[in-house]
Amino acid sequence: MIRIEGLHKSYGDRPVLKGIDLEVPTGEVACVIGPSGSGKSTLLRCVNLLETPTSGRITINDAEITSPDCDLDAVRRRIGMVFQQFNLFGHLSVLDNCVIAQRRVLGRTRPEAERIARENLARVGLADRATARPAQLSGGQQQRVAIARALSMDPELMLFDEPTSALDPELVGEVLAVMRELAAEGMTMLVVTHEMGFAREVASRVLFMDDGVVVEDGPPAQIFGTPKEARTRTFLQRVLDPIHHPA
Amino acid sequence: MTQTQKRRMARTGQYVLAAAVVLVVAGVADWPTITENFLNAEIARGLFPDIITVALRNTIVYTVLAFAFGIVLGVVLALMRLSSVGPYRWFAAGYIELFRGLPAMLVLFMVGYGIPIAFPGREIPGGVYGQVALGLGIVSSAYIAETMRAGIQAVPKGQYEAARTLGMSHTRAMLSIVLPQAFRLVVPPLTNEVVMLTKDSSLVFVLGTTAITTELAKFARDGLNSSANATPLVVGGMLYLVITLPLSYLARRLEHKS
Repeated sequence: MIRIEGLHKSYGDRPVLKGIDLEVPTGEVACVIGPSGSGKSTLLRCVNLLETPTSGRITINDAEITSPDCDLDAVRRRIGMVFQQFNLFGHLSVLDNCVIAQRRVLGRTRPEAERIARENLARVGLADRATARPAQLSGGQQQRVAIARALSMDPELMLFDEPTSALDPELVGEVLAVMRELAAEGMTMLVVTHEMGFAREVASRVLFMDDGVVVEDGPPAQIFGTPKEARTRTFLQRVLDPIHHPA
Repeated sequence: MTQTQKRRMARTGQYVLAAAVVLVVAGVADWPTITENFLNAEIARGLFPDIITVALRNTIVYTVLAFAFGIVLGVVLALMRLSSVGPYRWFAAGYIELFRGLPAMLVLFMVGYGIPIAFPGREIPGGVYGQVALGLGIVSSAYIAETMRAGIQAVPKGQYEAARTLGMSHTRAMLSIVLPQAFRLVVPPLTNEVVMLTKDSSLVFVLGTTAITTELAKFARDGLNSSANATPLVVGGMLYLVITLPLSYLARRLEHKS
């Protein structure tokens, strides 16, 4: 479970998040949508403190991670994160990408870590690419490895920061399929995405953000079917029908 | 005349001129005396085997020791230079500017004569070898630190973030993820640093080397003095090239590869 209370984040005197209150219960898949620059990614990066909040409280399963005496590394190892740019370790094989943190952080033995890594690579359909280098894989495969790498740490929740935005259109589907499966297995997920189809079908809840605040928050059917806010409507029109509603 | 023909004419003229200069210089030179003084086979033969077993060996040993010391200190300095802790950054910046600005010979002098005066009764372990590792290592660490800093900064930030996200500490993320990739990026400039160090090892004579600790340049100069003949310099020079040319070639190859 993630609980965010009164979260503010500024870069210098430029506010990016202007007071976010949000609770994502265990097992829920929350998709965050909104125009670029609205603060979606910053919100996500605050949840595992890649960005330090200016003020506010963030609690993950009863551990307040914004408290000064919180062991950040211990919290982070329970939160998986998938980045837009994959960020696979270029000097390691696919298998070692999934093994290194298990060994160095969780202290698992190599055989055990490899077994878990292979399980998760099989889960994302890449069991046969264990010895490959990241550079030898397509973008979609790299992103699936990144998901397997995060899952190998047995995370309690997963953060996805625009996981398909850097992919060629024909590779988006394979990554979304893995994410859909993960959602079906009951993983708690906070997903920043531009994939409206995914948000509509997989999310249990959709948050529309604009200008540093959550403008609207509800089940996908409501957000996409009968958005209450004018800003939400304008955004959805632009995204879903860009030819007739240019920015 | 077309442009191409003009260009060809001009270039042919340059070649002819260059060849003429070489021929005139070669024709005017006194070849028998040159051969006698610079390429004297008998004196060259007299340099062996010591020039290899002592001088060349020591040059290599000094270079390796200085590089080993320099790279360890250089990596530490690079990490300090990039630290979020102000005093670390300032110290590293000051150190780097200081020792890149001083001649290596002066630093060797300070190590060889300054330290014994400052700390009477104490000695740097390893004798001349320890002094060289320290002196040349101090200088090369300043250059290596800047190279390593550039290499670390060239590793995309996302690599570090991904490592931290997996629960690694700052130190663990640097050691396991960032530094291995940074090293790969800086192998060519580091190889060049070894070439520079090989040549800088010729300054070791200021520490007062003996027959056992002498290196190539000093050995060659001693040969010049004792035989009143420059052949030892030529042989010594060629032995430097035996070390440095393959290294330069290696650096170029690695640069193309990456």
